[in-house]
Amino acid sequence: MAGIDYQLKLALGPVLYYWPKEKLLDFYERISATAVDIIYLGETVCSKRHALNTSDWLDLAERMRAAGKEVVLSTMALLEAESELKTLRRLCENGRFTVEANDMSAVRLLSEQKVPFVLGTGINVYSDRTLRFLAGLGAKRWMMPVELSRQTLAAIQAKRPANVETEVFVYGRLPLAYSARCFTARHHNLPKDDCQYRCLDYPEGLALSTREGQAFLALNGIQTQSAQTCNLLAELAELRELKVDILRISPQPDGTETVVAVFAACLGGEVDPVEEAAQLNAALPFGACDGYWRGQPGMRVISQAIT
Amino acid sequence: MTASAVASASKRLELVCPAGNLPSLKTAVDHGADSVYIGFRDDTNARHFPGLNFDAKMAAQGIQYAHAKKRRVFVALNTFPQPTGWERWKRAVDQAAELGVDAIIAADISVLDYAQRTHPQLPLHLSVQGSATNYEAIRFYHDHFGIKRVVLPRVLSLPQVRHVLENSPVDLEVFGFGGLCIMVEGRCLLSSYVTGESPNMCGVCSPAKAVRWEETPRGLETRLGGLLIDRYAPGEPAGYPTLCKGRFEVADQTYYAIEEPTSLNTLELLPELQRMGIAAIKIEGRQRSPAYVTQVTKVWRAAIDASHRNPVAYTPQPDWLRELGKVSEGQQTTLGAYHRIWQ
Repeated sequence: MAGIDYQLKLALGPVLYYWPKEKLLDFYERISATAVDIIYLGETVCSKRHALNTSDWLDLAERMRAAGKEVVLSTMALLEAESELKTLRRLCENGRFTVEANDMSAVRLLSEQKVPFVLGTGINVYSDRTLRFLAGLGAKRWMMPVELSRQTLAAIQAKRPANVETEVFVYGRLPLAYSARCFTARHHNLPKDDCQYRCLDYPEGLALSTREGQAFLALNGIQTQSAQTCNLLAELAELRELKVDILRISPQPDGTETVVAVFAACLGGEVDPVEEAAQLNAALPFGACDGYWRGQPGMRVISQAIT
Repeated sequence: MTASAVASASKRLELVCPAGNLPSLKTAVDHGADSVYIGFRDDTNARHFPGLNFDAKMAAQGIQYAHAKKRRVFVALNTFPQPTGWERWKRAVDQAAELGVDAIIAADISVLDYAQRTHPQLPLHLSVQGSATNYEAIRFYHDHFGIKRVVLPRVLSLPQVRHVLENSPVDLEVFGFGGLCIMVEGRCLLSSYVTGESPNMCGVCSPAKAVRWEETPRGLETRLGGLLIDRYAPGEPAGYPTLCKGRFEVADQTYYAIEEPTSLNTLELLPELQRMGIAAIKIEGRQRSPAYVTQVTKVWRAAIDASHRNPVAYTPQPDWLRELGKVSEGQQTTLGAYHRIWQ
């Protein structure tokens, strides 16, 4: 929180892709040794993905906690079937870990239980008024919607309710949309009900480009992400000025530990964020973007560091 | 049970039609809309297009016209205000209440909260932009804001709609016809990613000002925010570059990777929607012309009446489908998510 103990924390968002069990467990084993303070765990995109079941996620959560991490259980963004609500209820009633709501169904279940919760990217908080209402129901942390600008964030921060933390998506492919249709299954001419778990073949989604070869999106089952990686590392000074509490890094199969290490080094003041951001960007397959932060189209590249 | 017994057992579906201006509102009322939904002339609604929508005077005339014929008018205030814009949304809610509209269709929590506290007598509907795809989410809005109805996103199959209905504390309105959003409404940022403006923030998707049409040696190209959305061979009918309906490349294949340019048409599902107990059918298209509103309202009025009279014998008439086909995007229609196979 703002004040003398103000210290930016690093969070790792939930894995948005479908990775096999071994790959997931190995990934978190490595992550537990990094400098992230908070780890979000759970399936948020598609309930058909079952590398880990709810009990497996809870076991993993215990292990991450034992490794000294704050653990938050993330929940689904698009819930349609009763079976999905059943899993959601089980997570909301877990009794041990804070839950991140990505749908109003989760907000309802968590507020009924009177436990504090986190508002994830799936919840539309566009103003201090909405944030205050949800804080009254138990929200203790909110994620700024990725399409909002630093100006809007500043306006919300100025009137932020007491004891509510602000988290910003600072690194990763932006979650842009959810659909009833599975675009990965569609690519393979398969019906969603018989998708043959093709997402397993695309550990970082399926790249979509324009007919001119311009990288545009990544198809991740029913989720659509940006092809470009949002990188706000160069804005670290401003994020601090705005009293953001938590920076979220979204996992990729490769290089996530490096990204965490770079952010941690920048937070520690050991290296220059602008230079480090440029280095990270140089290694990105489809380049970086930071337009939303500047109130521009999200895919734009504005910062000096991103050239 | 006889057909007439079925008909009398179920309530007639309410037909909710779009109006982007006064002539559209009047023609909707004249051709059988039970309710008409409109928006004000700013970014407080999700069809914030130049030259479209109602100022207070026009809205008053429209409401008077509809009420004189015992029809209802709803006002969509279904975008998400940011702190600097709040006064505009507040004014819009107050104005809707003063005009005596029959309901506000809203999505944002701050708007719903203000409307309920300030104008408790004004019925609230949860907009499709509110993204309520399950009954627990609907209960949230019912518990806190006393919503009377929810408009379902166009992502649920028929069995899923039925399950929501069986557990919902409020009436359901579903989309029957018009432009098809393939993404969960209220949670799609594709438009702002490319153009800086999204339905949530600005009330627009793929805004016209970001569109470019260019004749090139390779064919007619349509661009949005500079991004190539589609390219058409000579003689191929070109469509508006809504960004999820373009042809893109994925793993060396060029195709409609997200969705074909089609319209939703659920005419054949009417008896089932009616039997299920759906309260209202919504027609998309406030941005469309009065001619569109006339045509679509006429057909849907006839269809709903026919289905109500005799759901068992009901079958969509060829001339209805022909008329709707003429005004459909890409001249094609689909059952969308209602038909599970489509997903």
